[in-house]
Amino acid sequence: MDYLISVATIAGIYIIMALSFYMVFMTGQISLGQAGFMAIGAYVSAICSVKWGIPYVPAVLIGGIFSGIVGLVLGLPALRIKGIYLLLLTLGFGEIVRVVAINLKYTGAAEGFPGIPYQKHTLLYAYGMVVILIIFFSRLRRSRMGRAFQAVGSDEDAAEIIGVNIISAKLLAFSVGAFMAGVGGGIFAHYQEYVEPLMFDVMHAIEFLVFAIFGGIQIFWGPIFGALVLTFVPEFLRVIQEWRMELYGALLIVMMIVRPQGVIGLDTVQTLNRLFRNGLGKGGAESPQAM
Amino acid sequence: MILEIRDVVKYFNGFSALSDVGMDIEEKKIHALIGPNGAGKTTLFNLISGMYDVTRGEIRFKGARIDGVKPYLRTKLGIGRTFQIVRLFGFMTVLENVMLGSHCKTKAGLLKTFFRFSIREPQEEKATRENAMRWLEFVGLPHQANEIASNLPHADQRLVEIARALALEPDLLLLDEPASGMNPKETEELNSVISKINQMGKTVFLIEHNMELVMGISHVISVLNFGGKIAEGTPAEIQGNSEVIEAYLGKR
Repeated sequence: MDYLISVATIAGIYIIMALSFYMVFMTGQISLGQAGFMAIGAYVSAICSVKWGIPYVPAVLIGGIFSGIVGLVLGLPALRIKGIYLLLLTLGFGEIVRVVAINLKYTGAAEGFPGIPYQKHTLLYAYGMVVILIIFFSRLRRSRMGRAFQAVGSDEDAAEIIGVNIISAKLLAFSVGAFMAGVGGGIFAHYQEYVEPLMFDVMHAIEFLVFAIFGGIQIFWGPIFGALVLTFVPEFLRVIQEWRMELYGALLIVMMIVRPQGVIGLDTVQTLNRLFRNGLGKGGAESPQAM
Repeated sequence: MILEIRDVVKYFNGFSALSDVGMDIEEKKIHALIGPNGAGKTTLFNLISGMYDVTRGEIRFKGARIDGVKPYLRTKLGIGRTFQIVRLFGFMTVLENVMLGSHCKTKAGLLKTFFRFSIREPQEEKATRENAMRWLEFVGLPHQANEIASNLPHADQRLVEIARALALEPDLLLLDEPASGMNPKETEELNSVISKINQMGKTVFLIEHNMELVMGISHVISVLNFGGKIAEGTPAEIQGNSEVIEAYLGKR
């Protein structure tokens, strides 16, 4: 049971991370820096707790806000570049954060930062945050800014011509995504009681990207689903021991061939909506902007 | 004059796409821009909407210079446009696409979107949606509101793009080859939509190759060839202009 709870807790934190990737991705920006933002949130919140005795919730929030500010600063140079180049820029950023953490004596350098107060209700806090993010994203979907983000993601030039300020849209998305990752990092740090630079290397950033792409990036349910499944599946596969990572890899390959848009697409949501409505006996008539 | 184009020059890496083009677009008229492929018509549209910057010259909208102004701010001033190749946002519904049209006339930011206690649709969102729905009805596509935009037939996508531009309530509407890829019946519908837009008091500036459409609805026609304006006048004047005929058909 304890084991299951710990997997579920990590899955919750990963959902936050996958959503932070999705937030940035909405505007067409691909970030491999989310592990870096997670590290910033983790370290800053740990400093708040350990060195200054700030309580859990504000400490985690401060970590998130700090990360969001760094995101805003990194978002500026990121505005000018796209695609694979942005990938490299954000990857470089993640590495810089890690190297700084390795050399920073104040937070224990490479040996890590121990003695972070343990939050025994991490499961609740993590999923509380997930619920908040679900509310955020579903409101965003039916809002002026949400549509603008999606428009920028699908055709930046057209979005600007029809009246979207693409610079502020991209910066905002980048910064809010960094905030989410920072909060995820803070929750993570207070669950592990200890952070070290290795926990936030690029492999993890790639993992968050995989969660999102696997689950689907047309709608926010995709990254949630992806993070849940891809965290639990390898755990359940432990019975087949060394074959489990092969199976995990095969699962990814098959998925990308069969359903490149990810497990959860817009069509999935529309179908579920229709089923749900028919089930309630209201039948055909769709409300505008079915979610 | 709602739009004044003065001595506009545009170079692309030393290649001259437009040379000293001047044009006045009168308010509440339908003004057509025609000319052979590569004459610089779309380039001129892109200069007006801000996709490119002019190399030299001036563009004035309602008397104020707009060359150098950021594209989204020009849109906010009241210049709507459609594209030669349809550029709807594919993964979004038709209604969402049209709602985006009034983006720069509305305000709600991220914080306001998230921090509200009521689960009811915010006032502004409701107004935006109703406005978009009105324009979808205007172009005759209210039944397609919840369809994913990229699933629509080509002609309907063109109409959605017009609805999106209209949702801004622009004073000047730029239409880049609205009839391309449409069959005669669809062109007929488009014709009536453009006339209705004009009757509402909006200025329409359009690029079009379909001469029947152009000659039928335009008040004024300008002709571009090799980046320069070679003629301007009423449809009757243009039809009889020997230079225009030569540009299209070659020397007799």
